[in-house]
Amino acid sequence: MDDRKLLETIEDYLTGKMSAQEMATFEITRKNTPELDQMVVEHSLFLQQMDAYATRRNFTKLTESTFQHLLARGEWAMNSALPYKVKMIQLWNKYKKVTAIAASVGGFIALATSAFIMYFAPSLNGNKLLQLSKDIEVIKKNQQVQGHLLNEVKSKVPENATLLSGGSGFLIDPKGYIITNAHVIKGNGAIVINNLGQELHASIIYADKNIDLALLKIEDKDFSAPATIPFTIRKKMSDLGEEIFTLGYPRNDNTIVYGKGYLSAQTGFEGDSSTFQVQISANPGSSGAPLFNDKAELIGIISTREKLAVGVAFAIKSNKIIDLMHAVNDKEEANDVKLKISKEAHQETFNRKNQITNYKNYIFSVRSYN
Amino acid sequence: MQKGNLSTLKKLKKAYFGLLLHELSINILKAELNEQALLKGLANNDSKAVETLYKSHFNMIQHFVLNNNGSFDDARDVFQEAMIALYEKVQSDSFVLTCQIKTYLFSICKHLWLKRLHQMSKFSGSLNVEEDSISVDDDLIDFEKKDAAFEMMHYALNSLGEPCKSLLEGYYINKKGMQELADNFGYTNADNAKNQKYKCLLRLKKLFFAQYSIGD
Repeated sequence: MDDRKLLETIEDYLTGKMSAQEMATFEITRKNTPELDQMVVEHSLFLQQMDAYATRRNFTKLTESTFQHLLARGEWAMNSALPYKVKMIQLWNKYKKVTAIAASVGGFIALATSAFIMYFAPSLNGNKLLQLSKDIEVIKKNQQVQGHLLNEVKSKVPENATLLSGGSGFLIDPKGYIITNAHVIKGNGAIVINNLGQELHASIIYADKNIDLALLKIEDKDFSAPATIPFTIRKKMSDLGEEIFTLGYPRNDNTIVYGKGYLSAQTGFEGDSSTFQVQISANPGSSGAPLFNDKAELIGIISTREKLAVGVAFAIKSNKIIDLMHAVNDKEEANDVKLKISKEAHQETFNRKNQITNYKNYIFSVRSYN
Repeated sequence: MQKGNLSTLKKLKKAYFGLLLHELSINILKAELNEQALLKGLANNDSKAVETLYKSHFNMIQHFVLNNNGSFDDARDVFQEAMIALYEKVQSDSFVLTCQIKTYLFSICKHLWLKRLHQMSKFSGSLNVEEDSISVDDDLIDFEKKDAAFEMMHYALNSLGEPCKSLLEGYYINKKGMQELADNFGYTNADNAKNQKYKCLLRLKKLFFAQYSIGD
């Protein structure tokens, strides 16, 4: 009997696929051949383990589908199970309209004055959080200083437009889709500048002020699209203490700046679960800058920092980016928008220096105008 | 006259409380029967039973995990593990549940979550707990052993590559016949498929036992 037939016979014996007569003969042979006996015991152990594996795997599938089914039916509100949070949301829903009216009246006046005040008295009072988009005045000033430079290379900002805000952003789809913070896009037009200083036209596809994310698309014949995106987007929450780095454009001379730090808390400002806290130096202009870990995974996007604590910044979790991409794909299906979430990270084994040299081609300075 | 009234009142009261007590005991009995039915359903992979367990107990675990440094996803993972532990417990012949399902699930979740907090070194020294729990140490040791074996098999299967992985999964997990598998995979006959399966099986056993003997 060859080995294959032998194993098949043992399996038939163990799974009860033998007739009584075959079984009796087999048992006699087994008694007289210690080697066979050993094989039977070993295979029996293996089959037991396989059975346990199969049973658990099938049950896991059942619990997963049950859970998803109940979740889809709205049995549980994700991330809002704590009673006080639910109450907050209810209150918010109730007073949304009143707040919106008050905010739009107040906001108009506040916007006009706050930029002025913040520029001269940055950290004395006001909110505890500072959005890291660049201020109008700063950009204006920069334009004056570098006025001759901007005139030499004809700027793609329309002549009579005024720059309103700026920050950083990064490519998430080779077709030219860029993610940045919604608060970076204060105007209704946008340009992006790559790390070589080249300006490119971009259109605003989507902006969600609640999660503070916006999606732009480069629409410029000068844009040379890369073949792939070299990093993936992390789906799960990252670990506490994980080392991270960022690349962004906090400086006014449009130089890309590298920063290193670590994840310091898994929730954001006052326990906000859609963001997390990082220890990294972040300045106005860092808004919208990506955060990467060593495994070439995008784990978040810098959005705000605590005004009084230097080095404490808050970042939006990367799963919100995935959510946004799904939302855009669903919503813009008719307009042929199909965002692809990069699944494979290349250069995972490369060292940090190569990683940076490579990534900086995917990171842009973003400016918005009206 | 008044005395008579009083004694009737007392009698009525007694009868009323007797009735209440009776109803209470019936309710307890009913709840117990319900739990038994649920566990039986669970043992038989009944999706209704699984759904009921999720609906009645997940909120409690979610509340507990969120109150103790965890996220919604953590709660989902921990609860699923507790469900697996309970499921595997009811599968065994010697199964007895000495407490309510709710208490059992909570106890398992509490221990698993405490362990994870320790691993992440996020444990602050005290848990926010509102529910009762029992000692489930023996069950947890058993669960972890099975968990380790599961991971080994999972790893071994995933290291095989195709077509071995799908072929063996088809045969041992989805319980398909060799003829059906031969058709699915495009082998010319069942004997060729059996030959391939045999080669794959040898590799899988080698991979699995390489870890299993070390682990034991």
